[in-house]
Amino acid sequence: MQQEFERIPSGCAISGIMSTKGRRMNGEAIIRSIALMHERSNGLGGGFAAYGIYPDFKDHYAFHMIYHSEQSKMDAEAFLEENFIIDRSEPIPTRVTPGITDPPILWRYFLQIKPKRLIVFGRVDSPRAFVVNAVMTINNSIPGAFVASSGQNMGAFKGVGFPEDIGRFYRLDEYEAYIWTSHGRFPTNTPGWWGGAHPFCLLDWSVVHNGEISSYGINKRYLEMFGYCCELQTDTEVVAYLFDLLHRQQKVPLRLVCQALAPPFWKDIDMMDEAQRQMYTAIRQVYGPGMLNGPFSFVVASSRYMIGLNDRIKLRPMTCAVKDDLVFMASEESAIREISPDLDRVWTAKAGEPIIAELEEGAAV
Amino acid sequence: MSSLIPAEFFVRVDHQRCRRCKRCVMNCGFGALSFQDRVVADHKKCVACHRCATFCPEGAITIEKNPLAYKESGHWLPEYRKNIMKQAETGGMLLTGMGNDRPYFSYFDHMVLDACQVTNPSIDPLREPMELRTYLGSKPSALEFEEAPDGVRLKTQLAPQVKLDTPMVFGAMSYGSISLNAHRALARAAKEMGILMNTGEGGLHKDLYPFSDRIIVQVASGRFGVNQEYLNHGAVVEIKIGQGAKPGIGGHLPGEKVSQEVSETRMIPLGTDALSPAPHHDIYSIEDLAQLIYALKEATNWTRPVSVKIAAVHNVAAIASGIARAGADIIYIDGFRGGTGAAPTIIRDHVGIPIEMALAAVDDRLRKEGIRNRVSLICAGGIRHAGDMAKAIALGADAVAIGTAALIAMGCHVCQKCHTGNCSWGIATQRPELVRRLDPELAAEHLCNLIRAWSLELKEILGALGVNAVESLRGSRERLRGVGLSRVDLDILGIKPAGR
Repeated sequence: MQQEFERIPSGCAISGIMSTKGRRMNGEAIIRSIALMHERSNGLGGGFAAYGIYPDFKDHYAFHMIYHSEQSKMDAEAFLEENFIIDRSEPIPTRVTPGITDPPILWRYFLQIKPKRLIVFGRVDSPRAFVVNAVMTINNSIPGAFVASSGQNMGAFKGVGFPEDIGRFYRLDEYEAYIWTSHGRFPTNTPGWWGGAHPFCLLDWSVVHNGEISSYGINKRYLEMFGYCCELQTDTEVVAYLFDLLHRQQKVPLRLVCQALAPPFWKDIDMMDEAQRQMYTAIRQVYGPGMLNGPFSFVVASSRYMIGLNDRIKLRPMTCAVKDDLVFMASEESAIREISPDLDRVWTAKAGEPIIAELEEGAAV
Repeated sequence: MSSLIPAEFFVRVDHQRCRRCKRCVMNCGFGALSFQDRVVADHKKCVACHRCATFCPEGAITIEKNPLAYKESGHWLPEYRKNIMKQAETGGMLLTGMGNDRPYFSYFDHMVLDACQVTNPSIDPLREPMELRTYLGSKPSALEFEEAPDGVRLKTQLAPQVKLDTPMVFGAMSYGSISLNAHRALARAAKEMGILMNTGEGGLHKDLYPFSDRIIVQVASGRFGVNQEYLNHGAVVEIKIGQGAKPGIGGHLPGEKVSQEVSETRMIPLGTDALSPAPHHDIYSIEDLAQLIYALKEATNWTRPVSVKIAAVHNVAAIASGIARAGADIIYIDGFRGGTGAAPTIIRDHVGIPIEMALAAVDDRLRKEGIRNRVSLICAGGIRHAGDMAKAIALGADAVAIGTAALIAMGCHVCQKCHTGNCSWGIATQRPELVRRLDPELAAEHLCNLIRAWSLELKEILGALGVNAVESLRGSRERLRGVGLSRVDLDILGIKPAGR
């Protein structure tokens, strides 16, 4: 991990597709969608998150790793071997692609937690907390090693380059997923670091984000109080960690998580009925330090959801659309029309209003 | 024997312009002016409160510093020599008023705020909502919700919270140290602006009962004016352990200021010095504090947050952590610049640490222990403007308390003679003819103006920072940079140097 730059502000393009029936699609469409918004990125970062891509290993934690040296790979593998049963270890398949230079070592592992380690960890009931802890440990204490994603039956594919080139480099046409999210980056500074590209992932959370979180300073300190280490080069990671903290750990309903991150204004809360007012007042009182302030639109995905959210005064664009079982969210309508010209419904997401697409009950993924 | 100490100031009366109206003579609370065919000044009595100069209709009065009261010395500064002479003459401990006036290093003046450019837009507070609302009280670390027929509902019951429309409260200033009219003005302004005033340790005059939902009622070591009725006439109950101007010692109210009404409100004899004990004699350790906190919660039927006010001292972080764990809902930290109505000069000027450092250390410590949410932090001690306030909030304060600034808004000229009870401005006095000068309505209006102005400025700062709610600045030290601070200072403050 590189730490010379602590936070790189950036502008961006985002796009996401989900089949609420769990129907799997290859990566062609998402590449075309993000490629259309080429102008919104500058070739210094692109990436994808895909859900449902590892049906043969769907109960394994799929760790996508970025290594800067053989040494960091050896160190990380020693750590993984100590804590996990490694059922498969292989390079992430790539192809030579013009525009993609100097890729680091890209490796993936399909892991099961060693039951004994879980007992040592002291929280037998919480394998997910164990994985979070492992991710934090690798990212913070193994130099040159970075966990790009760590969820089940999903993975992140990201790097330095235009997103469409990154997509071809990672051979995304060969994967099938029921949720695809993607990101094209326009950083205003260039660390040239593959780990710094989006999406940001923790467990099965992934975040692609357009914007800058002006409240990053307090969001980071708030998360640190709960044991999350925000040591990466972008503010986007706080979004993933906040979803993990509020939804996974504290069991706050997803819609309310979104409304804690982009809460209603007091003037609107004051006009609500008593029960609602109490609830939203408490949300702001308790989760104020987690509130995301500044311009943003992001798409957060997990194995069951794709969620779009804009900041409270909509300083970044986001368009949503529905076609049959497909839900789209993108920075521009054109990026959706490009892959699905006829839409059942298309609308602009309102400021602070979460758009939540959920997998249908019984959808086999 | 009359004093040989030279006059600090000269009162210059331009007798050409003077109309001999004697207004200045009547206005001087310190008896420095008399009329003997024309206005005559006893320079030694002048404290430079500027009451006479302000009210002279002809602008005929100027106050000058005695240019060579003491021959220059870089080490034996005039104030030290003056104090030695006073002590040689009296053998007493010197008293003073207001906050530490020594030229200590100011960390506020070596921190600067951030602003947005290009990659994130600033927000225009003239055209967009900008939220300053703040709630004081203990927050849980998580909320629980439950399904109800009409949707999701909140299940968690929060501890009592007190709403502030803007993250400010008035500092603790007792009735006794300041006049009833000053207290009236503070109460009115607090109500009008949706903030809080603080009784200090002098009890609450019954005239102010209508303002009780905007009042912090203090319980100090002297227990002046404390009874069941008093406790229940506040929005917050505060245990005063210490004060920034005089950490480790109790309150001082000279007998000169204990008038009939002060004596009734404080429940002490008329004209007696009200010297509260240095410690609370029922608090010799942290577990005793916990008992008092819960006793006060019981006494107010668990409907009020309990605050604990401490002075910023070396080990303030550990102390604050203990207080949070002892069950306090609010911790009020008063830095070494904090004001006082009367304090030994030697304590005021040499004991305690800067609020910036104390606040940074406390906020850090509470976060490291994972209990920052359990208490709200009020920080005080020399907050001079909205910039100081914004910096304090960025360091981690939930709200700031303003004492001296509020006094200045009411007319105080910072002459530092509060302890004499002669305040010509009708603020820090109980002499009826002086108290009468302070119009509570006008003073309240000035206080409201000040709060409004600082709130507008804070909104402007937030807008420039690209956030539209104060909670996004609170504790966001990323938005501060140090200029000219050492590595260790930066480390304690938890901020980066400018350029990083």
